[in-house]
Amino acid sequence: MTTTSSAASTATAADVVSTTDERLARLSARQRLLVRPEFGALAGAFVVWLLFAWQAGSVWLSWQGTATYLDRSAGYGLTAVAVALLMIGGEFDLSAGVMTGTTGMFAALFAVHSGLNLWLAMALSLLIALFLGFLNGVMVIRSGLPSFIVTLGTFFALRGFNLWLTQQVTDKTQVTGIVDTGGHDIARKVFASNFVTIGGVGFRVSILWFAGMVAVGAWVLMRTRVGNWIFAVGGNRDAARMSGVPANATKIGLFMTVAVCGWVHGMVVLLQTNRSNVIEGVGQEFFFIIAAVLGGCLLTGGFGSIVGAGLGCLILGMTQQGIPLAGWNNNLYFLFLGVILLLAAFANEWIRRWARTASRPTVDVPDTAEVAHAAATRTTTDD
Amino acid sequence: MTETAPHLLELQRVSKYFGNVIALHQITTSVRAGEVTCVLGDNGAGKSTLIKILSGVHKHDDGHFLIEGRDVSFGSPRAAKAAGIATVYQDLAMAPLMSIWRNFFLGSEPTTGWGPLRRLDVEGAKRTAIEEMSKMGIDVRDPEQPVGTLSGGERQSVAIARAVYFGAKVLILDEPTAALGVKQSGVVLKYIVAARDRGLGVIFITHNPNHAYPVGDRFVILKRGQSLGNFPKGEISRDELIQMMSGGAELEALAHELESVVRPEDIIARR
Repeated sequence: MTTTSSAASTATAADVVSTTDERLARLSARQRLLVRPEFGALAGAFVVWLLFAWQAGSVWLSWQGTATYLDRSAGYGLTAVAVALLMIGGEFDLSAGVMTGTTGMFAALFAVHSGLNLWLAMALSLLIALFLGFLNGVMVIRSGLPSFIVTLGTFFALRGFNLWLTQQVTDKTQVTGIVDTGGHDIARKVFASNFVTIGGVGFRVSILWFAGMVAVGAWVLMRTRVGNWIFAVGGNRDAARMSGVPANATKIGLFMTVAVCGWVHGMVVLLQTNRSNVIEGVGQEFFFIIAAVLGGCLLTGGFGSIVGAGLGCLILGMTQQGIPLAGWNNNLYFLFLGVILLLAAFANEWIRRWARTASRPTVDVPDTAEVAHAAATRTTTDD
Repeated sequence: MTETAPHLLELQRVSKYFGNVIALHQITTSVRAGEVTCVLGDNGAGKSTLIKILSGVHKHDDGHFLIEGRDVSFGSPRAAKAAGIATVYQDLAMAPLMSIWRNFFLGSEPTTGWGPLRRLDVEGAKRTAIEEMSKMGIDVRDPEQPVGTLSGGERQSVAIARAVYFGAKVLILDEPTAALGVKQSGVVLKYIVAARDRGLGVIFITHNPNHAYPVGDRFVILKRGQSLGNFPKGEISRDELIQMMSGGAELEALAHELESVVRPEDIIARR
C-alpha cells in the first residue's frame, strides 16, 4: 500500500535525525516489520503450511488438500473478519457464532414452512440479523456494560429460542426441504457452488466470499473515514467523541456488520448442507476471537489488522485439516489452539506496551530562557 | 498588540452557581488576537468551571460572555467550537495507538474520490500534518508514529497544531504543563508562544506562575471562585504574581510553623 512512500520518508527522516537530534531511537526496518499487526499471523501461517507440507507431504500439496484447508479457513473467516473489526472497535460479540444457525433457521422456516421464495426468506432473515446486531449494539451502548456480558446474554437467549422454535415447528432441531423451494438453484450458485475447478478439484465459492470480505474489511479499516473512527472508538472512545466522531453509531454499526457477516455465513452453511441445523455455529464464537487475536487485534481495542485476521483464519483452517492429514491425534488441535492463542496474546501485549509507554523525545527541546526571550522580545516591540 | 485592538473574547463579571454554591463570582478578563491570558489558581479555585463555561460545557448564570463583541452563551461544546474556541484538555483527546496523522485529522478526515470509492486522502493528510506541525516549530519525521510513543509535551503540540489548523481563534489550554518535567514544560511554552505569534488568542490555565509569567500578557488570579484581579503584564511583577497566587500571608505563616518544627539546631545536632 504505502511501502514506497514510507521507505522514502524513512530515508528523509534518517537525514533529519543526524542533524537535529542524536538521542532519537530510530526503529530499524526489522523492528518496523515486527510491530506490523499482521506480521505474526503471516509468519505463523507460513510456518504451519511448511510444517504440514513436511508432515503430510503430497496430500497437503495437492489441489485437493489446498481446496480443503481453504474451505475450512473460509468457514471461520466469513464471520471472523467482522469480529476482528468489532474487536478493533473495542467490543466483543459472543453471539457471532449462534448467528450462523439463527439466520439459517429463519431463512429455512420462512421458505419451507411459510412457503416464501427462498430469496425473500433470506432477505427476511437478513433483516432479523440486522435487528439482532442493532439490539446488541444498543444494549451495550445504553447500559455501558461490557459487550462480553451483553452478547453472552444474547448468545444464550438465541440458542434457547432457536431450539424451542424449531422443535415447535418441525419436532426436530433441523429444518429440511429447502431444495424444493423457489429460487434455491440460484441461491446455491451464489453461496455454495464451486467457483473454479482445478485439476478436477472444485474450490467452493465461500473461499471467494472470504477473500472479498478480507479485501473490503481491510480497505474500510485502513482507507476510509469509518476505518479511522473504528480505530478511535476502540483506542479512546472519549477522545473520539470529543473530536466529533459519531462513536455510538460506529459501535452499533460494527455489531450490525458482525450480524450481516453472520448471515452470509449462515446462508453458506444452509445452502452447502441444504438443511438448517439450528445449533450450527454454536461454539465457533471463540474461534473467531482467536483468529482476530492471531491477526494482531488487541483485546482492549484500538489496534489490529483485517488481513492479519484473515491469515489467522488460514492458520486455524490449515491446522484443523493438517492434523488428521499428518496422521496425528485430532485432540492436538485444541492444544495447538491454546498455545498459539497465548503466544499471540503475549506478543500483542508487548506491542501495546511499546506503543503506550515508550516516550522518546523526537523534537528539539528549547531552553526555557529561549522561550522567555521570545516572549520578551515581542512584548518590548509592542509596548 | 495595541490596546485598541478588539477583544476576541471577553468576560464581564461572569458568575456561575451550582445550587447555592457560588462556583465563580464576577470574573472579568479578556484576550485579544496574538495575546496570552493566563488564568492562575490553586486546586479548587474555579479554573475548571471557567474552562467549562468558555468551552460550552456549562452556561454562565450572570454577567456577559462576549466573542468579538457579541454576547454569547454556548449550549454545547460543539457550539463553542463552531465559534472558534478550541479547548485542549489535560487528558488529551487522542488515541495512543493511532498514528500522528490519524489523530491529527480524527473526526475531520480529508477524503478523495466519490461514491463507494470515497476514501481517505492518506498522502494529503500526512503531508498536511507534517506541514502544520512544522509551522509550530515541530519536526515530525514519521507521521505513522503512534501518538502514544510521543512525549507528553509533543502530544500537547499535536493537539495545539490540530486546533490551530481547524480554524481556532481562541485556544484554551487546560494545565498543559501540569504533568510535565521542566524541559517538556519549556517545549509546551514554546508552542504557546508559537500559537500566539500566529494570531490566536490563547487562554493558558495553570497553577504555576513561573510558567505563566514568561508567556502571559494578562493574568487573572482565581481563589475560591473569586477573582483577585485581572492584570496586564506591566502592572504586576513575577514576585507579586507568586505572592497573590499562593496567598502570601498563608505562606509566611507556614514558614514560621515549619521553622518551629525543624529548628536549625536539630539539623546541626544530627550531623
